Amino acid sequence: MTTQYLLQLVISGLVVGSIYAAVALGFTIIYKATRVVNFAQGEFLMVGAYVCYAFVVQMGVPFYAAMLLTILFGMVLAVILERLILRPMIGEPIISIIMVTIGLSLVLRSIVTAVWGNDILVYEPKLFPQETVSMAGVPVSLEFIWCFILSMVLLAVFSVFFKYSKAGVAMRATAFNQQVAQSMGISVKHIFALSWIISAVVSGIGGVLIGNINGINSSLYHFGLKVFPATILGGLDSILGAALGGLIIGLLENLSDGFCKSYLDLSGVKEVAPYVILVIILMIKPYGLFGTKEIERV
Amino acid sequence: MHYCGDFRTSYEKDVEIFQTPFIKVCMGFLMLALLAVPFLLKGEYLWIVLQIVIAVIGAVGLNILTGFTGQISLGQGAFFGVGAYTSAYLTAKMGVSFWVGIPAAGLVTAMAGMVFGVPSLRLKGLYLAIATLASQFILEWIFVRWESVTGGSYGIVVSRPAIGGFVFESDASYYYVVLAFAVVMVLFATNLIRTRTGRAFMAVRDHYISAEIMGISIYKYRLLSFGISSFYAGVAGALFGHALKFVSSEQFNIGVSIVYLAMIIIGGLGSIIGSVFGAIFMILLPKVLSVITEAVAADIPSIAKLAISFEQGVFGLIIVLFLIFEPDGLAHRWKLIKAYWKLYPFSY
Repeated sequence: MTTQYLLQLVISGLVVGSIYAAVALGFTIIYKATRVVNFAQGEFLMVGAYVCYAFVVQMGVPFYAAMLLTILFGMVLAVILERLILRPMIGEPIISIIMVTIGLSLVLRSIVTAVWGNDILVYEPKLFPQETVSMAGVPVSLEFIWCFILSMVLLAVFSVFFKYSKAGVAMRATAFNQQVAQSMGISVKHIFALSWIISAVVSGIGGVLIGNINGINSSLYHFGLKVFPATILGGLDSILGAALGGLIIGLLENLSDGFCKSYLDLSGVKEVAPYVILVIILMIKPYGLFGTKEIERV
Repeated sequence: MHYCGDFRTSYEKDVEIFQTPFIKVCMGFLMLALLAVPFLLKGEYLWIVLQIVIAVIGAVGLNILTGFTGQISLGQGAFFGVGAYTSAYLTAKMGVSFWVGIPAAGLVTAMAGMVFGVPSLRLKGLYLAIATLASQFILEWIFVRWESVTGGSYGIVVSRPAIGGFVFESDASYYYVVLAFAVVMVLFATNLIRTRTGRAFMAVRDHYISAEIMGISIYKYRLLSFGISSFYAGVAGALFGHALKFVSSEQFNIGVSIVYLAMIIIGGLGSIIGSVFGAIFMILLPKVLSVITEAVAADIPSIAKLAISFEQGVFGLIIVLFLIFEPDGLAHRWKLIKAYWKLYPFSY
């Protein structure tokens, strides 16, 4: 295994990891504020990618306008889903909530395949420049770099949002204790809706970015499943943890795949490595790197 | 005939599963009806019933784990696979008899379930759900890659069981084999939840700290629950493999796990009869949907493609609607119907 190959693995791992981080961020925002485990996170990503495709390619809208329209679409979708499906589920046991989001994911997936079919679609014209630059002797496509930078910006924006903005503080308060938040004049309902909106938007942007690199097809939702290793590693309710977890999972997945290919002659490790890591983390450090430890008292 | 109160005079009467003569007669008729199914239904319909009976075993198993012990499992599909592959490997490649293969499949799956249940010692709720999701993907990966045992993507061809010279080759004869397993296992589950073990499961579910204070070893019972549940999954998976005469990895993907979870939620968590209802509902639902889409597609060919991709969506939508409007499942509705007729016509 050459250093070049290793570097390539690291770079593509970081790029994919940054997308994982974006989706994991969306997942964590919902979990933190509403305690809903969203199994449809990957479908948000997929819907975002397809809607942006529809605007850019099928309607010929310029990219920046299309991005804004996609964000707007994500917001509307999130509000509708939150109001119609998730609101009635407040107070139901965790298993019902898991099941309802799984059902939701099936519905979203089928709508997307009904509208756009199963074929791989490619953004045309490409959103980012196609040239490659050389980093430490390794050729790296510029779109990789753009993708990485944009998701990092996204993560930074939301960390600042949570730390300093009024809505962000209100969301954290709601996450901490809903009743107290309510009595301090925070509308918990609005916070719930807001967290779904942010989550859908962040994942949608992630979808546009990844769709731009790999092309989009109906198996994009697989990204949503990788979110679990990432968030568990980072700690389920930590924004920073989601970002780091996503990057680490992306890296580890690529590196383990590369190592097994060159030394053990074993292919396809990529699909399973994140889950093996997940099980190991759960056994050693169940609340992840930055997660809140749940302390139970009788 | 209904009694207006409990008139049990002996301990034996008190522990009977079917307590009133009315229930016993009903159960007798149900059993007769089940035995008569192969004479009434043929071809595809019989195959659907066969699938339902196998699904009942799996759903009851999952309900023991999720409904009674409160441990969410998203890996039931993979445990099915472990059972199916074990039995297929033993019977097709090592020449062991089916009648040894099935219990062996159950035991191996129980072992696998307990291994993947180890995280449950420290985790609960959501964390456990995610751990079992990971086990689903890891096992699925093993099914595809461990080619010397699982045959990789080619799968394994298996045969139907035989006793002496008689081979249960037709669906009708194999149905009786499956039915026998199902009846025994459902009765076992019904009895299990009335024993110390079953009550311990429920105590662990309802409040595990209290359970521990009362002297119930939660680790032991959580692992045991994983073991029993996986045993059921293994047997169901093995029976399914022999029914299909072919075992391959696509039959045990995450979709299967989701369908089983949906069965017990729609049927009713913590209810044996609910698992049965759920299994019937979730097996019939896709068949009914595909009949409808075919009919629609035949009338209006232009939307045929659209209708097919909506099938999954409608499936998901029904799960969602069920959870919103009937969160306690079909078992709850069944109870209401029974109560209504018990008091009929004086419902107040």
